[in-house]
Amino acid sequence: MTAGPDELRTRLETTGYLVDDGLAIACYLALELHRPIFCEGDAGTGKTALASALAQVLEAPLIRLQCYEGIDASQALYDWDFPRQLLHLRAAEAAGVTDAERLESELYSRRFLIARPLLQALQTQPSVLLVDEVDRADDEFEAFLLELLSEYSVTVPELGTLRAASPPVVVLTSNRTREVHDALKRRCLYHWFDHPGFDRELAIVRRRQPQVTERLAAQVTAVVQTLRTKELLKPPGVAETIDWAEALDALGATELDAELALATLGSVLKYREDAERARSLDLSALLAARGA
Amino acid sequence: MPRTPLSPAPAVDATAVLVGFARALRAAHVAAGPDRVQSFLAALALLGSERRFDVYWAGRLTLCGSQDDLERYDRVFAAYFTQKRPLGDRTHRAPEPKPALHVVTAEAAMTAGGEEDDGPASPAATLASSAEVLRHRDMADLSEAERAQLRRLMAAFALRGEPRRTPRLLPARRGGVDPRRTVRELLHRGGEPARLRFRAPVTKPRPVVLLLDVSGSMDPYASALLRFAHAAARASVTTRTRTEVFTIGTRLTRVTREMAHRDPDAALAAVASAVPDRSGGTQLGEMLRAFLDRWGQRGMARGAVVVVLSDGWERGDPELLAAQMRRLHRLAHRVVWANPRKARPGYAPLAAGMAAALPSVDAFVEGHSLAALERLAAVVRGASDA
Repeated sequence: MTAGPDELRTRLETTGYLVDDGLAIACYLALELHRPIFCEGDAGTGKTALASALAQVLEAPLIRLQCYEGIDASQALYDWDFPRQLLHLRAAEAAGVTDAERLESELYSRRFLIARPLLQALQTQPSVLLVDEVDRADDEFEAFLLELLSEYSVTVPELGTLRAASPPVVVLTSNRTREVHDALKRRCLYHWFDHPGFDRELAIVRRRQPQVTERLAAQVTAVVQTLRTKELLKPPGVAETIDWAEALDALGATELDAELALATLGSVLKYREDAERARSLDLSALLAARGA
Repeated sequence: MPRTPLSPAPAVDATAVLVGFARALRAAHVAAGPDRVQSFLAALALLGSERRFDVYWAGRLTLCGSQDDLERYDRVFAAYFTQKRPLGDRTHRAPEPKPALHVVTAEAAMTAGGEEDDGPASPAATLASSAEVLRHRDMADLSEAERAQLRRLMAAFALRGEPRRTPRLLPARRGGVDPRRTVRELLHRGGEPARLRFRAPVTKPRPVVLLLDVSGSMDPYASALLRFAHAAARASVTTRTRTEVFTIGTRLTRVTREMAHRDPDAALAAVASAVPDRSGGTQLGEMLRAFLDRWGQRGMARGAVVVVLSDGWERGDPELLAAQMRRLHRLAHRVVWANPRKARPGYAPLAAGMAAALPSVDAFVEGHSLAALERLAAVVRGASDA
């Protein structure tokens, strides 16, 4: 599919998603070995964005399954369209169809099968399947995923086994609220997402918000990088950095000063306690010290 | 198992070197099982390279399974491939039990022996009535024989979380109409009207998080409370409650995995080796913050019943504790504080920590005896408001 990790990295970068060495190799291995990538790390470090970047690179649709407590096969895999089946039955009756066997096989044909995200991903080639926040689902659902991800096939009792002609690219994300079973992780490539360093984060901001002045982007990145070291309840992620740059740009700012920073702090910090803490820091000194 | 002498010189078979590396990882407690090793080899074959960089990433992506593994992985990788010193040196030292282990295993061995050798010769009736007395005795004032009996009684403990409704709907005799099953039934009858089928939301116990103070001031109770936590964690399988256990002392340690041992003595020995800070001081506020930052806020405390088992002696800043308790209170469904000292005559929550924490506590209960722990279990279940 691709020549190697380096080429894949270049292609991912054209979509505005900058990857480091490890992630480039992870993506390459995932594509070639048909392995899901298991993404763990703090919120806002680009786990979910990876899936959409991969979808863009492969020019494939992104199929997303958001996990939640109590999710089960009929919500994740497939369901029958009962109202339409019933209508069909009535229509057949009105038309005087008497062949019960034929009617039965018609009722449970693909026509009336509603594909939920997992089945959609198996049926769509190529496709990128994002199983988001898998740690929110129950153990039973994990076991079910395990089966699906080992075989890339699904058995519908009335229809038989549906197999993907070529397996989808699968990205699983977890926020580590709960230990995901090792059996599932073993099937996957494990990648830990850290907050990026200054240079890479600046490059990401520049790529995602090209209209923002270089000076402003550098200042925003520097302040966010410093805020992450301040023991906040919720350290800002890359997504927040991008949001902040965009917000400041929308206000017509070309550079950051303490007053402007305080006025737009809500784009970066999502807890009152964190905002108070940031206010207690001397932002103008911070900006001056960075020499930005 | 004899360790292969480490000589990853180019002449040596590359696969053997890589498999040896996986073995070294396993020695350092990274779960690099055979299927992971196969993925590792497949990944390297695909990358077609034996560059250090590629070996590092291929291994890290395939052999690790958690953030904790990554640090061990880096350590073993450096030791194995730079070969500054024999590999066994570092990897073997890491899991070596801490001194605390000896203390506890000695004690555990003693009680285990006591149970087997001079088994209770008393008739069942005496046992039952003594159990009744024991239920109300302060756990700090027990003799060794009474402790052993208490442990047996505690083994039956279950801590079930308060039930809550889930979004999941299952067939039921009454409730809302279940269109899926009703229409399926209709289809069976060729479209003739059929009996309505119903469905109702499933209830599920809320998760329970136990934060267990193992600092010096809790010493008389720590062993018994650890047994209690073990019984609760073990029973979580049958009660379908998700139970997490942490110890707090000079640092926060997650011991849920260690508590999964079936045998209480083995579990407690594992906990002892995982918890290097028994009988130290406590900084409840700091510890609580560590818990909330690393686990609680991400979701472990969300909607859960959080039980703090502590006497509330705070060496740190009470204001920090108060702030963290407020935070916990906002996240958790209910916060229960069990204090073994509460039952002492003349007790008033005057310890700075306890006073700071109380405004954010939903239920403040005793925690000194078996009866008190039973009451705690009832509070967790939502059956009683203390």
